[in-house]
Amino acid sequence: MNQATRRPELICPAGTPAGLRTAVDAGAHAVYCGFRDETNARNFPGLNFDRKELRDGIAYAHEHDVKVLVALNTFMRAGAIDLWKRGIDDAVEAGADALILADIALIAHTRQAYPKQRLHLSVQAAAATPEAIAFYRDRFGIARIVLPRVLTVEEIARLAAAAAPCETEVFVFGGLCVMAEGRCLLSSYATGKSPNMTGVCSPPSHVDYREENGDLIASVGGFVVERFEKGDPAGYPTLCKGRYRANGSLSHLFEDPVSLNAVDLLQNLANVGVTAFKIEGRQRGRAYVATAVQAFRRAVDAMAAGEKIDVAELRALTEGQRDTTGAYKKAWR
Amino acid sequence: MSTTSRISLTLGPVLYNWPTDHWVDFYARIADEAPVDRVCVGEVVCSKRQTFRDDVMFRVAERLALGGKEVVYSTLALPTAKREVDAIRELVEANYLIEANDITAVHLLNGRPHIIGPFLNVYNEATLALHRSLGATRVCLPPELSLEAIRILAAGNDAVEVLAFGRAPLALSARCYHARVHAVHKDACQFVCENDADGLDVLTMDGKPFLSVNGIQTLGYVVTAATRQIGDLADAGVASLRLSPQSCDMIRVAKIFRNLADAHITEEEATEALAVVALPGPLSDGYLRGLPGVRHFDEVD
Amino acid sequence: MRGHLPPVIAKVASILPLLPLELVARHLIANAMAARPSFASRLAEHAGRTFAIDPVDCPFVFLLVPSEGRASVRVVRDLSDAPHDARIAAPLIVLLGMIDGTYDGDALFFSRDLSIDGDTAAVLALRNAIENAELDPSLVLGLPRRVRGPFNGAAGFVLGNLRRALDAPEESGPGRKALIA
Repeated sequence: MNQATRRPELICPAGTPAGLRTAVDAGAHAVYCGFRDETNARNFPGLNFDRKELRDGIAYAHEHDVKVLVALNTFMRAGAIDLWKRGIDDAVEAGADALILADIALIAHTRQAYPKQRLHLSVQAAAATPEAIAFYRDRFGIARIVLPRVLTVEEIARLAAAAAPCETEVFVFGGLCVMAEGRCLLSSYATGKSPNMTGVCSPPSHVDYREENGDLIASVGGFVVERFEKGDPAGYPTLCKGRYRANGSLSHLFEDPVSLNAVDLLQNLANVGVTAFKIEGRQRGRAYVATAVQAFRRAVDAMAAGEKIDVAELRALTEGQRDTTGAYKKAWR
Repeated sequence: MSTTSRISLTLGPVLYNWPTDHWVDFYARIADEAPVDRVCVGEVVCSKRQTFRDDVMFRVAERLALGGKEVVYSTLALPTAKREVDAIRELVEANYLIEANDITAVHLLNGRPHIIGPFLNVYNEATLALHRSLGATRVCLPPELSLEAIRILAAGNDAVEVLAFGRAPLALSARCYHARVHAVHKDACQFVCENDADGLDVLTMDGKPFLSVNGIQTLGYVVTAATRQIGDLADAGVASLRLSPQSCDMIRVAKIFRNLADAHITEEEATEALAVVALPGPLSDGYLRGLPGVRHFDEVD
Repeated sequence: MRGHLPPVIAKVASILPLLPLELVARHLIANAMAARPSFASRLAEHAGRTFAIDPVDCPFVFLLVPSEGRASVRVVRDLSDAPHDARIAAPLIVLLGMIDGTYDGDALFFSRDLSIDGDTAAVLALRNAIENAELDPSLVLGLPRRVRGPFNGAAGFVLGNLRRALDAPEESGPGRKALIA
């Protein structure tokens, strides 16, 4: 089958059981979620699933012909490996269609313990070359790689071709990491908690909002990250999205507070062989998820029918009302 | 509870874009005077800089070998282009001792003995064991690990290395921050990163020093120094300490750590001696203490 | 200011006793908690914290302490003598809209119609728990299942008109949108 003409799968975020049902109802082909602990990289307070909620969520999704991918994509903590292994056991037992992993030793363990379980490689593993992909595909039988967001469309095309028969999945919408994923210590430098170790970035436990003369000042770990002036929209102070001083001037040094919106590149990405489009946002509300999923489902269906894509409505959902195609177009660098 | 084996010293690769002449002179002095056991050479951050090193790298390596240092070839931490991967492949095929900073290199090494650099994620004992089974003889751990975690990782093997001096590398991007700050595109950058031998300092909006940038790399502002944890690291069975070069007198820094590791000076004396070296930021041991990495020596949480 | 009740209402309300309001609030919260038994476990270590829900255009503040299977509610005139772990502040109609699913808490925060201070992690836990709870007016009023649909429709109509009259932010929730399969 010609991979380029197959309709890409839409992979949608499920931050809570209600979020999972919302994504399923809105037209997801698959949803991804995690357990309520540090085994996944969205370990925010009040988010995620306990064991029973996962089983119920999988049942609901399967009733609607939707797959469930369970993320256990953080790096196992020294001396606490059993927490991740139990997560693997419970996710497999609950009927997860695939597990999304990053830690090499966890991948090796899972492949050995569950030879038939479908495994996806998380973006947290930062596999950005054909050789890196070959390592995971050939050694561990990884079936799909989520590609880092720091790649251009040309680079993605090369990787999709080299990865075959391993599939590729690409982020098309949502919060953008500007640093290579899974290799960023900015958060633990400021707060002691990081995506790799604790499954959080710029954790809310270390976020402080303070009003001053109508301006809203947001700090992380005691460091001022952003000042929202009176009348400007506010945001979450993700460390790499803040404003800093360097070489005498103040700017959004690492990245502007934009969100990824690759909707203009969907056809290109499908043409170069990308198997699945991923929407970021497990920590976002049901309104965001429903609107994003519906719109991208329409887009993906339109592509499959050879029709034009209409996506004006997606602009409104992006944080700070601005969006970007990220690194996918080379001008970003 | 003390160890009988001697802790060795590794000079990590120069992360910054030092002018070629300076780079060569630096290694000549290191070869002759620095009490380090092994020296990493090679470009880890930006392949555009590699062209400056190509002509001189092997000459420098020879000089270091003559000086009795084990030479390690550090490879790129974020290879993406084919030519970047080919450069790694060439080094592997020439049978040099390679430091792998990306899984690409591990794949190309295909089981040959090698070193794992601090840019690969080795956070637990199982991952460490896996890398050793793939040929890693030495593993430099990620800077964010605490002493508690290091103890678990170093137990029962002699493969663990810990960053003991230098600004901690925190992140890598596809975007070049030096180019961005100077309002040029990465492809026409004019190598502005050459201006900042310790990285370009980054402050918060209200003027607090916070981070530093070096091309596509982000590092801490503070300077990691493990002078107060040497005893604990030795007891834990850590095999070697990595000293990451800053623009200060690295011979002096190496001597301080050698004397400290050999118990010829105390931790206080070592800390005092470091304090008068021209460092780009205050001394920090936050990560080792299980605190935010930015914490200075005397700061509690 | 957008979404605010006219000041005269606040003036009138300030002379009314608080107890009836507290009793009504307790009843509504009890209904919500009964319908959503997993609410407190989702809050985890943030259950037992005191959340000040502050309708800025009204002369009273709700103090909410969620715990296993139930939540305690008190109403005070202001926070000067009321210790709390976190405060969520917005015009009353906006707070109601968050509870009935009309509004997305994130969107309200970004547009600065809602502000928070205190324990950010606790607020985030509460926000995620409310998101997951899928509350709606009939549920909070404890109405029987069979009237919920029509009631929610009617309540939505009334509240929608009220929002327009007060120039409140536009809807952002999925609650009223028909989902296309």
